This record gives sequence, structure tokens and C-alpha cells, in this order.
Amino acid sequence: MITRLRIIGKSGLDWLSVCGRAGVFLAHSLCGVPNLRKGMPLLIKQLYALGVLSLPIIVVSGLFIGMVMSLQGYSILVDYGSEQAVGQMVSLSLVRELGPVVAALLFAGRAGSSLTAEIGLMKATEQITSLEMLGVDPLRYVMAPRLLAGFIALPILTMIFNVVGIWGGSLVAVDWLGVYDGSFWANMQAATDFKIDVLNGLVKSIAFAFVVTWIAVFQGHDLTPTSEGIGRATTKTVVYSSLAVLGLDFILTAVMFGDF
Amino acid sequence: MQDVTANIIELRGVSFSQGDRVIFDGIDMDIPRGQITAIMGPSGTGKTTLMRLITGQIKPDAGTILVDGENISTLARSDLYRVRRKMGMLFQSGALFTDRTVYENVAFPLREHTNFTETMIRDLVLMKLQAVGLRGARDMLPSELSGGMTRRAALARTIALDPEMVIYDEPFAGQDPIGMGVLLQLIKLLNNALGLTSVVVSHDIHETASIADKLYVLSQGKVIGVGAADELMDSGSPMVSQFMKGEPDGPLPFDYPAHDYFDDLLGGAAL
Repeated sequence: MITRLRIIGKSGLDWLSVCGRAGVFLAHSLCGVPNLRKGMPLLIKQLYALGVLSLPIIVVSGLFIGMVMSLQGYSILVDYGSEQAVGQMVSLSLVRELGPVVAALLFAGRAGSSLTAEIGLMKATEQITSLEMLGVDPLRYVMAPRLLAGFIALPILTMIFNVVGIWGGSLVAVDWLGVYDGSFWANMQAATDFKIDVLNGLVKSIAFAFVVTWIAVFQGHDLTPTSEGIGRATTKTVVYSSLAVLGLDFILTAVMFGDF
Repeated sequence: MQDVTANIIELRGVSFSQGDRVIFDGIDMDIPRGQITAIMGPSGTGKTTLMRLITGQIKPDAGTILVDGENISTLARSDLYRVRRKMGMLFQSGALFTDRTVYENVAFPLREHTNFTETMIRDLVLMKLQAVGLRGARDMLPSELSGGMTRRAALARTIALDPEMVIYDEPFAGQDPIGMGVLLQLIKLLNNALGLTSVVVSHDIHETASIADKLYVLSQGKVIGVGAADELMDSGSPMVSQFMKGEPDGPLPFDYPAHDYFDDLLGGAAL
């Protein structure tokens, strides 16, 4: 009994200490005056690695998700003669929910895992220590540009995901199934509110970007620099950030759309 | 002018333990300026830990570590980085940045810490690369270099900012005889030509003893021998003489501490 209590207590304390380290890590990485001349090229490189290179998976997934939703929506709505409502169904579900959540999950798998593995390998090959020995703070030089690039890239990727998804929806509904395009787009415009739907979706994606990138970079920074340590940390990144995104999504949805 | 006889590093009563294992138990050490000091000892005596203590990557449990007169374990983050610029460290793996060419690796500390123009940086980088004989390899990536070349390229990066002191972590490990000879010559040459202080952490006795002015032998958390190479060779201490002569067994045991062998074997049957 006592042993079990001790184990629970120890894992609780461990968890708290990880949270503390993650907080200190974030503060040390991001607080302070940024050096634009030296920092900008590093940030642009990371924006390319995390943002531009994630574009294919985001665009292709967005397209297919939009098409599938449109097809599914049509097959139900057509029974009630209201297939013109496919447009609003696609746009609302993408902009409010699927866009931010699916883009964040894909980002965690595509960019988050590579961030953790890259930083972990830099640690294992002593590149992080050698930065310290060259008098360069790795938190500012390695971690900060990656964190910022993630915060910036994911919201933009989410918007691209939404746009491509809606386009995919229109491809299926209008061009294939023959929904009248005037009512498809007009219904969508009438039902989708910029402030309530688009901005709230954007706020969600900003929150997800923060959580996913923070987890990924911190896991890389905090791992044991061995091959199994890197493997474990990469898995943790994907698992923790997926769970965090889904849990946070429920909370944010309840706050944003929960007052009936 | 600085006092040339002063010690660049002074350790006083430094203790450090990892978990329950005591790694250092109140060691004292003086590393004189401008000389080559070797720190030697059997594997697992905490030579790497000692380097991490000297460079302020970890803090001692007790005692003081003075680097150029400053207590490194009580420095604030920014002061620590300032002091580290006086030190260069050559890692066993080289630790070159794998996404940059040799040239960019050597230019990195110059770009980070100085406002030199591109032409000046180019001149300095080529001078450092010439010193280690890799001027022709400037456009290669670290993955294209051999083990010895990697270490020399890393050495060029280490001396790019003209540090006052260079710490070499096992510089000879895994080198062929020619590579070893080149490194030995380079360490000696750089030390004398640039007026550096060199700290060589190694267990290659003969190579290290041939260039070091002063040697420290560590074992089981204590300094067991200190002095010039020939003094240590003739040392009356059985531990020092076992290490210097490379005898497999003696006061420094070959076996890691364990229970009685027979008890262990017989006890294993009962499991």
C-alpha cells in the first residue's frame, strides 16, 4: 500500500518537475531582446523546414477531407432536398473544427516529430554542448527559432488547409454531383460568420501551434541522448501533442461555442 | 601584463557525486597558464565530468573552481557565457555542425561574437584552416571528412576566437598513428605559437606524456599523482606506477566491485 502510494507520489512529483522544466525552458528561450540581424535567417530557415515542407501533406489532406465531407453531406442532405446546404456544412465544419484539429495533428506527426529527433540528435552528437562552449546560448540559437517558426507556421497551414478543403468540397458537390453553384457559395457565405467561425478557428489553431511546438521542442531538449531516448521522445511528442490538441479542442469549443 | 606564473584554473576541495556514487572527493588541482597540462586516469574516473565542472556545465557539490580568477559555479548565465569565450573545447566527436561546411563551421564563432567584415572572416578562417592543414577541405561537409580530419576541423573552430585555453577531450582516441602524430604536433605547436594554455584529458600515456609539462593522475575520486612525466614514471606510489606502466591488475582493480564470485555463482543456482 505504502509502496503504491510512494510510486504515485513519485510520478506526480516527476510530472510536476517536467512541467516546471518546460516552463523555465520556454521562458529562457523566448524572453529577451531578439537580435533581428542574426535571428531572422535562422527563423526563415525553420519556417521553410516546418511550414513550406509541410505544405504537401496539408494540401493533399485538406483536399481529400473536403471532398469526403462534401460527398457524405450530399448523400444525407439530398434525401431532404436540401443539397444546397452542402456548402455551409463543409465550410462550418472545416473552419470551426476539422481545419485546426486535423492540421495540428498532421503538423505534430510531420514537423513535431522531426523537431524532436533533430534536436535530440544535435544533443547526442554534442552539437548543443559545443554551442554552449562556443559561448552561444543554444536556447536562443537552436530552440527559439524553432519555437517561433512553429507558432507562425501552423496557423497559416491551417488557413491553407481550410481553403483547399472548401475547394475540394465544391469540386465534389458542384462539379461532380451537380449542386447549383450559386446556392452552394451563397449558403456558405450566409452561414459562415467571420468573427464567430473564422476568427475562433484561427484562435484555436494559434493555441494548437503553441502547444504542439512547445511539446516537440521541449521533448527534444529534455531527452536522454541515446538512440532509444530519441525514439521514446519522438513517440512522446506525437502522443502528447495529439492528446493535448484533442483535449484543448474540447475546452476551446466549450468556451467559444458553448453558450446556448 | 598578466602574471605568467599564475594558474588559469584552480580547484579547491571539489566534491561531486552522481546519485550515490562519489565521483570526486575533495580534489585540488592547479592548471598553470601557458603550459600543457594532462589529466589522466583509468576509464570511469570522471575525467569528462571534471571537464564539465571546469566549463561550468555542471556545478560541484562542494569546493570552488576558479577560472581566470572567477568562481565558475556561482556565475550568472550571461557571465558564464562570457567566461566560456576564453575557453575552447575540442570534443571527442568533433561536434561539428553537420548542416554546414567546414568553412562555415570555423566561421561560426566569428560571425556570432564579432562584427568583422566578410573579408576579414574569410582571412581568419583560411588562416585557422591552414594551421590544421585543411584549407583545401573548406567546402566539404562534416559527413565527408575522415575521423582525423573531423577532429582537426573542430580544432580550427575551437581556436577561431583565439581562446586563452583549449581543453582537449580524448584527442587521440580512435586515431591512426599518423593522425595521432599530427594531433600531437598541432597541440604542441598551437600551445607554443599562440601562447595558449592546453588541458589534455586522455589515457594515452606515452603520447600525452611526450607533450605535457605537468600531469595529473586521477583515480577513485582523488588525485593520486601529480608532476612531470618522468617524475611520475619513477613514482614510488604503486597506484601511479601501475597506471603509468599499464599493468592490468594491482592496487587499481581490474574488476568492478562485486560480491564474492563463488557465493554469487552458488547463490545464482538458488534463484
